[in-house]
Amino acid sequence: MSEAAASSRADVHGAKVRLFKLQDMAFHRVTLVFALLVLAALTGILFSLGQQAEPAFKEFGWGFLWGNVWSVPDDKFGARIAIYGTLVTSFIALVIAVPISFGIALFLTETCPAWLRRPLGTAIELLAGVPSIVYGIWGLFVFAPLFADYAQPILKATLGHLPVIGKLFSGPAIGIGILTAGIVLSLMVIPFIASVMRDVFDTVPPVLKESAYGMGCTTWEVVWNIVLPYTRVGVIGGIMLGLGRALGETMAVTFVIGNSNRIVGSLFAPGNSIASVLANEFGEADPGLHIASLFALGLLLFVITFFVLALSRWLIYLGVKKQGK
Amino acid sequence: MFASKRVLFKLVGIAAALAVSGAAFATDITGAGATFPYAVYTKWAAAYQAATGNKVNYQGIGSGGGIKQIKAKTVDFAGTDAPLTEQELVGAHLVQFPGVIGGATMVVNLPGIKANQLKLDGVTTADIFRGAIAKWNDARIAKLNPGVKLPDLDITLCYRSDGSGTTYVFSDYLAKQSAAFKKEVGAGKVVNWPANGVGGKGNPGVAANVQKIAGAIGYVDYADAQANRLIFVALKNKNGKFVAPTQAAMAAAAANADFKIKTMAPDMLDMPGKASWPIVSATYVLTYERGNAAKQQGVKGFYTWSLNKGQKMADGLGFVALPPSVVKLVEARMKEMK
Repeated sequence: MSEAAASSRADVHGAKVRLFKLQDMAFHRVTLVFALLVLAALTGILFSLGQQAEPAFKEFGWGFLWGNVWSVPDDKFGARIAIYGTLVTSFIALVIAVPISFGIALFLTETCPAWLRRPLGTAIELLAGVPSIVYGIWGLFVFAPLFADYAQPILKATLGHLPVIGKLFSGPAIGIGILTAGIVLSLMVIPFIASVMRDVFDTVPPVLKESAYGMGCTTWEVVWNIVLPYTRVGVIGGIMLGLGRALGETMAVTFVIGNSNRIVGSLFAPGNSIASVLANEFGEADPGLHIASLFALGLLLFVITFFVLALSRWLIYLGVKKQGK
Repeated sequence: MFASKRVLFKLVGIAAALAVSGAAFATDITGAGATFPYAVYTKWAAAYQAATGNKVNYQGIGSGGGIKQIKAKTVDFAGTDAPLTEQELVGAHLVQFPGVIGGATMVVNLPGIKANQLKLDGVTTADIFRGAIAKWNDARIAKLNPGVKLPDLDITLCYRSDGSGTTYVFSDYLAKQSAAFKKEVGAGKVVNWPANGVGGKGNPGVAANVQKIAGAIGYVDYADAQANRLIFVALKNKNGKFVAPTQAAMAAAAANADFKIKTMAPDMLDMPGKASWPIVSATYVLTYERGNAAKQQGVKGFYTWSLNKGQKMADGLGFVALPPSVVKLVEARMKEMK
C-alpha cells in the first residue's frame, strides 16, 4: 500500500517535471521568436532601404559615395557632403564631450562630497532625457547668437591665425554651422558618456584604489593608472554609445548646422549631415532619383553606424585580450 | 451587482451614442498635403464644424505626400503648392482648383533700414540670391536706392532647407528674371543656393535666421513675415513701380490672372498692373472626378462654404482671398466631381 502510494507520488512528480519541461521549452521558443523578430526587423529595414535606394546606386554607381554634388534641380546626387557633415560634427562632439565626461565621472566617483553625489548624478541623467528638439531650439535661439557675438570672433582672432588649422576658423561669424552643430551635439552626448563612465568607475574594487592610495598615489594617478585601465572596456562602450547618438541625431543638428549642400573647409560654414538632409528634403521630395538618393543616404547612415558598433566591439575585444595577459 | 449593472447600462448608452454620432458624421472628410495653407484649412475646418457639424481633418504632410495620398486614394482631398499639369490631372482622374492665394516676400536685417525702404528689382534680386553680389554697398544695389545709406556688410542669404512651395515660387520668379540664376541656382522646391547662405527649417526657421544675422536677406511667406514683424523689401513690378508686399498688392496681381483654364493654375508671377506684387501664387486642392458620393459631397460642401464665408479668416492669417470671379469658377469646376 505504501509502495503504491509512493509510485503514484512518483507519477505525479514525473508529470510535474514533464509539465515544467514543456513550459521551459515553450518559454524558450517564445523568447527565441522575440529575439528573431529583432533580426527580422533589421533585415527587413536593410532590404527595403536597399530596394528603394536601388535607382540611385544604378544611376551613380559607387560614385554616389564620394560625389560632392547634391543638386535637386539637376537630379545629380552624391553623398560626400552629408557624410562629411555627419562625421565632422560627431568628431567635434566627441573631442569636446569625452574629456568633459571623464572629468564629470572622475569628480562624481573620487572627489565629490557624498551629499552632492546623488543630486549631481540625477541632474546628469535628467539631461540625457531632454528631447533633442529642445536642444535644437535652444541651440538656434540662445546659443548660436551668443556664439556668433562672443566666441567666434575670439576663435577667429586666436586659432584663426594658426598655420594649418587656421582655415578651419575663418569666414563670417554667423553662429550657425558645422562647429555649432558639433558643440550642441557634445552637450547632448555628455550625459550619456558621463553616466556610463561614472557607473563603470564605481565598479572598481575599493581594495585596488585603497592600496594605490596607501602607496601614496595622488587622485589623478589612481584614476589614470588604476581606474581607467580597469574600466577601459566600459569607457569605450560609453564613448561609442555617445558616438552612436551623435551620428544619428536629427532635429537638433537640422536646427543649427545651417543646411547648406556644400563643403567649405571652414568649421564656421554651414553644412549638412545625413540625418539633416533626410529631415529637410524627405517631406517634399519628388519620386525618382531624389527619393532614391535619400533612401541611399539612409542606408549609408545605417552602414556607418554599423561600422562604428563593430569598431567598438573590436576595441573592447582587444581590451579584454590585453587584460587577460 | 446593481452598481455594475448601472455601469453596464451606461457603457451601452455611450456605445449607442457613438454609433449614432458616427452615422450623423458620415460626411467627415480627410485631406492631406501642403503645409503652406495648413493654418487656413484648419481654421476653416474649425469654423465649418462649428457652423455645420461636419468634421474636416487636414494633415500638413507636404505637397508631394498629398499627391501620393490622393493617387493612392487614402484621402478625400489633397493640398499641393505645385499644381499638376493638365496631362497629370487627366491621367489620374483628378479635379484641381485653387484654395487660397499667398505671396512670397523678401525680408532683411540691415542696421538703419526700415520696412519697405530698401528697393530691389528682379534682376538685382536674382544676382543677390545667386551670390553674384556679395556686399550690401554694391553699386547695383546703391543705384536702385539713391539717398539710402547702405552698410559695408557681407550679404548672408537665408533660405529654406526643407523642400517647400515657397522656395518653388521664389526661385521660379528669379529664374524667369535672370538666365544666370536659372543656370546656377535653378528653380524648384530645393535648389542650389550659393555658399554665402544658411538654410532654416520652415518659414519660422528662415525668419529666425534673418532676425539673428546682421546683413541677412531671406524669403518668407507673407503670413510668417508679418507674424514675425520682419523688415520687408519693396520690389519693382512689371509696370516699373516699386511696390511693398501687402495683401492688397497680392490681390491686385491675382485679379489680373486668368483662371479659366483646365488646371485653374495660371502663372501669377510678375503680373502686369501698377499695384501688383510680383511674387504671388495659389495653393491648390486636388479631388477625385469620381468617388464616394457622400465624401465628394463633403469636400464640395467644405470648399463652397470656405470660399464664400471663410475669406475674412484667410485675410486675418496673412493670406489672400480668391477674387469673387474665381470663386464662381471654382464652384462651377466642383460640379465636375461626381
